[in-house]
Amino acid sequence: MESLNVFAARLWPTENRFVSGHRACQGCGEALAVRMVHSILGRNTMVASATGCMEIISSSYPDTAWSVPWIHVAFENAAAVASGIESGLDILAKKGRLPKRRITVVGMGGDGGTADIGIQALSGAMERGHDMIYICYDNEAYMNTGIQRSSSTPMGASTTTSPAGSLSIGQQTWKKNVPLIVAAHDVPYVATANPSFPFDLAEKVRKAAAARGPAYLHIFSACPTGWRMAPELAIAIGRKAVRTGVAPLYEIVDGRLRITVPTPELQPLRDYLKPQGRFRHLDEKTIAEIEKRVAEEYRKLENREGRKI
Amino acid sequence: METRTGMEASIAIAEAVCLCDADIVAAYPITPQTHIVEHLSELVADGKLHANFVPVESEHSAMSVCCGTSAVGARTYTATASQGLALMHEILFIAPALRLPIVMSVANRSLSGPISIWNDHSDVMAERDIGWVQIFAENAQQALDLTIWAFRLAEDRRVSLPVMVNFDGFILSHTIEPVLMPDKETVQAYLPPFEPLLRLDVDAPVSMGPVGIPDIYTETHHVQQVLLTDAYGPIVETLDAFGKHFGREYKPVETYRADDAEVLLLTMGALGETAMEAVDLRRERGQKVGLLRLRLWRPFPFEDLYRAVGRRPVLGVMDRAISYGGPYGPVASEIKAAFYHREQRPRVVEFVAGLGGRDVPISDFDTMFDALFDTLETGRVPEPRLVGLRE
Repeated sequence: MESLNVFAARLWPTENRFVSGHRACQGCGEALAVRMVHSILGRNTMVASATGCMEIISSSYPDTAWSVPWIHVAFENAAAVASGIESGLDILAKKGRLPKRRITVVGMGGDGGTADIGIQALSGAMERGHDMIYICYDNEAYMNTGIQRSSSTPMGASTTTSPAGSLSIGQQTWKKNVPLIVAAHDVPYVATANPSFPFDLAEKVRKAAAARGPAYLHIFSACPTGWRMAPELAIAIGRKAVRTGVAPLYEIVDGRLRITVPTPELQPLRDYLKPQGRFRHLDEKTIAEIEKRVAEEYRKLENREGRKI
Repeated sequence: METRTGMEASIAIAEAVCLCDADIVAAYPITPQTHIVEHLSELVADGKLHANFVPVESEHSAMSVCCGTSAVGARTYTATASQGLALMHEILFIAPALRLPIVMSVANRSLSGPISIWNDHSDVMAERDIGWVQIFAENAQQALDLTIWAFRLAEDRRVSLPVMVNFDGFILSHTIEPVLMPDKETVQAYLPPFEPLLRLDVDAPVSMGPVGIPDIYTETHHVQQVLLTDAYGPIVETLDAFGKHFGREYKPVETYRADDAEVLLLTMGALGETAMEAVDLRRERGQKVGLLRLRLWRPFPFEDLYRAVGRRPVLGVMDRAISYGGPYGPVASEIKAAFYHREQRPRVVEFVAGLGGRDVPISDFDTMFDALFDTLETGRVPEPRLVGLRE
């Protein structure tokens, strides 16, 4: 994979639908992922965005970073709005009021807008079987509002509402597994992706767009601001997240799981935690406990490989 | 061509939506629903209405789906009531800001707690400031007619705003009444195809619902105020056109035996019909009472109200909800505010009646009329009163 990076510029589509000039922080892994996703999806795409970082940095009136149709309604309803766009386009095409052509409808939100407040709308849209993609850009906390914990914040991370203290390691709970929750809706395509693995991401975006019915992408999105980390480490930390087993890359096609970037020998968790200020307070004992759980979760994933979820 | 038939108001509304050839019905069935969407889902299942029926998982998602469908240019309808309307609250403000001409029926019902599925206007009064056109029907025929009208007005490009048609839960929603059902050709001649002002289009991409920084937020809200206020002209115009086309007239404020009345009572919704009976009985006894029926709630029809009240010294207002700890009746509060700077203004006597399905019989209207005559004689305005309260 690394050797391919030399040729990456020539292999990657030049089309850009999420353009520069937006207001994301330096080193934002999420903005990078959004740009990658939409350079793959191209022009025949409509986006319903949840409130959050990507919405506020891309749409401050009168500017917009979007050169595809884009709508923001509220925080918790991006999946519902996207499902409406899909239903509306479908009936207008059936009634001959719009030309019949394939338009990829995308709902997008952060981890708060997906795993917490938006999970009901997401579950509804997935269950109803709309032909759409929902993308969760997971930066593991409510970054837009000032780094508050979500149910997607990893154990041990210090946030403004799960602060580390003399009686606390920070976040006390294990990260909610949204991809598997969505997979339980028996949708045709679910995958995790990460902009540090661009070709793996591109392949998954193409498969999600090609799937007939609901598809779900869960994209690991490094947040240097919220993770208290140097901006230039965003790509490297994404690689470490995969290599340490923290954020494994897999896909579930028609219910069957496949790890797309296998990591038989997990690297030490410390390599991933150390550059990030949000984990700086963790002592060796806690790190060892978290590392043990990460390894267990990774083995569980390996055991699921090839089997029906 | 129209057919005279007997029909529950909810079914009549669903048939109207079908005649309007709605593209999308997105609705949640409980909290509490009516037969409107059940019947619409049957019409879709039987191929009588060519629409996508989106059975969402909540009213919050119902209104969110409606925003998405309307944004791509689909004629969009939903219905709700009570807790469901309250759950929609957040998104209700956003639909008019996006200029989305969604049509929604609200079978007005009380809000919890205690939990109650019965009729009053607590639900709609909590949604006063959402920026929608809001109108009230008094019977099944009006509910049917105003549903057809609502699509015409909402989609008028001068307006392009969502419209809420209020009709009383149970009193109307579950009651069978005679209605004149127009045929499809007549409706189509009144309601042109939907040509949206703005829509999501891959050939002409727009961003809808951007961030409004303090530099522009004030201006966007000024625009909403101007738009909704200026919708008054198209409202009267399209109601007049409805009258000419279907033979049934509707006005922002309607009256009953008000011309020579000494005291007036103002009602909204279905209880206006009981009030008419009560007026007739009083008139038989030679007492000059009259009725104002406030049909248009937003934009508020100030001039129609002033004309209808004229120089009469006493106006009773019957509310169907309470503004707790505040000015008591939400409608009365607005009526008083509307007259505050007028030199010619009536004494306003406030009543609240029919909360949570409590019957409002003729005798309650008699209580109200007695109070109005008392004010006429003494000039004294009593404290706001909860009519029918068991103490």
